[in-house]
Amino acid sequence: MADKPKLAMYWAASCGGCEISLLGIHEKILDVANAFDPVFWPCVMDGKKKDVEALPDKGIALCLFNGAIRTAENEEMAHLMRRKSALLVAYGSCAYEGCIPGLSNFYTAKDHFNAAYLSNDSTVNTKGVVPVTETNVPEGTLTLPAFYNTVKSLGQTVDVDYFIPGCPPESAQVLAVVEAILSGAELPPKGSVIGAGTVALCEECPRKRDVKRIKRFYRPHEIIPEKDVCLLEQGLICMGPATRSGCTALCPQNNMPCIGCYGPPPNVTDQGSKMLSAIASVMETAFEGKSEEQLDQEIAEVVSTIADPAGTFYKFSLPHSLLRRARPGTAQKEKTR
Amino acid sequence: MSYEPVIVGFLCNWCSYRAADLAGTSRIHYAPNLRVIRVMCSGRVEPQFVLKAFSEGADGVLIAGCHPGECHYVEGNLKALRRFHLLRKMAEQFGIDKDRIQLVWASASEGTVLADRVNSMTLTLKALGPLRWQSGVPAEIPVTEEVH
Repeated sequence: MADKPKLAMYWAASCGGCEISLLGIHEKILDVANAFDPVFWPCVMDGKKKDVEALPDKGIALCLFNGAIRTAENEEMAHLMRRKSALLVAYGSCAYEGCIPGLSNFYTAKDHFNAAYLSNDSTVNTKGVVPVTETNVPEGTLTLPAFYNTVKSLGQTVDVDYFIPGCPPESAQVLAVVEAILSGAELPPKGSVIGAGTVALCEECPRKRDVKRIKRFYRPHEIIPEKDVCLLEQGLICMGPATRSGCTALCPQNNMPCIGCYGPPPNVTDQGSKMLSAIASVMETAFEGKSEEQLDQEIAEVVSTIADPAGTFYKFSLPHSLLRRARPGTAQKEKTR
Repeated sequence: MSYEPVIVGFLCNWCSYRAADLAGTSRIHYAPNLRVIRVMCSGRVEPQFVLKAFSEGADGVLIAGCHPGECHYVEGNLKALRRFHLLRKMAEQFGIDKDRIQLVWASASEGTVLADRVNSMTLTLKALGPLRWQSGVPAEIPVTEEVH
């Protein structure tokens, strides 16, 4: 065992789907087990932080880190795993760009505590107790990790070698990466996005595309889409144009619009604003015989059919976007409006 | 020191930039808060440019183009208009007041239209106060302390 390279898989703010996606390579997981010595993998085996601390720096050959950075503990573990790993891979959308936990950047920590512990209909908390970092009890002081206002990606926290996108990463792509590493082939340059395509998702989508002229947009539950026709053309907000390929367009193939989990295509900084651009381009409007006020009104009507542009366009990439979060207090203002 | 808003202006080459030129050569006095970036068409203004301006410290962004129907590229300004409406809606979800993003149609002969808009927008932004995205919307505060 000792001479095999060491493997770690750690989860921070994540759902566990990434661990399952690694097991989704089926019997090939045995090759992984043959090639590597798993030393730290909290989801599937017992292991303690102090065991990792006892390893020499860069003693872990490969660390697959999934989950976003939400708490002080997540951050501490990110630094530890970075120090102990020769190759640190941001595995899955959370570690790569913040993903669903990152949507909480529309709120603050205070909003979350309020929703989870105080104002929730199913919660009775008459004393208004919320978690605090330090509590004094007769036996001493109890501590909890600090809960951050803003979710960060792994790459915004520590130096990362590679990024594997996807929520979760597709098993076929994971397998390709694992096989590449096992074969000892030359690895791509540091900082690369691996296990994904290099074009927009539409390129691998089998649906037929034609001219798009949308008068109103629909949410998935509002229409039954036609088979084989581009979903965006039918007014569903499909993130395909602003999303990296690599998943074989699984969702559109199953009548659901792409939600953008593979992140922005290469050379795109901000997935949401690119999607906004694409959506604006497919709206139907024409000048003919219209005053400037009429034009404004016509466009405003189409825009009003998009319920939640920020949450839709940045569903997976908010912490990784240009603005990274909303101004504190924005959510409450929206509610009272 | 009183607060002077920074407006990043994307002016189209064919109409609005010339309107700004005309405002200059006609010696129209207007607020010095606009930082002009010339683009070939208002349709060239990606939403990404606007968000980048905000994330790097702009208090407002002004997009200026030819009147509808007069675009040098036929309908670039129509694209700009559609993006503008959607972008404003999205910006509000980020807590950026919609009046921080403005659009004005100013033809090459409308130096005063552009100047008036810069003046009115400067007043609006002064009333709204500074945005200061980097320092005002801090990324790294652990707020457990604030939560009690």
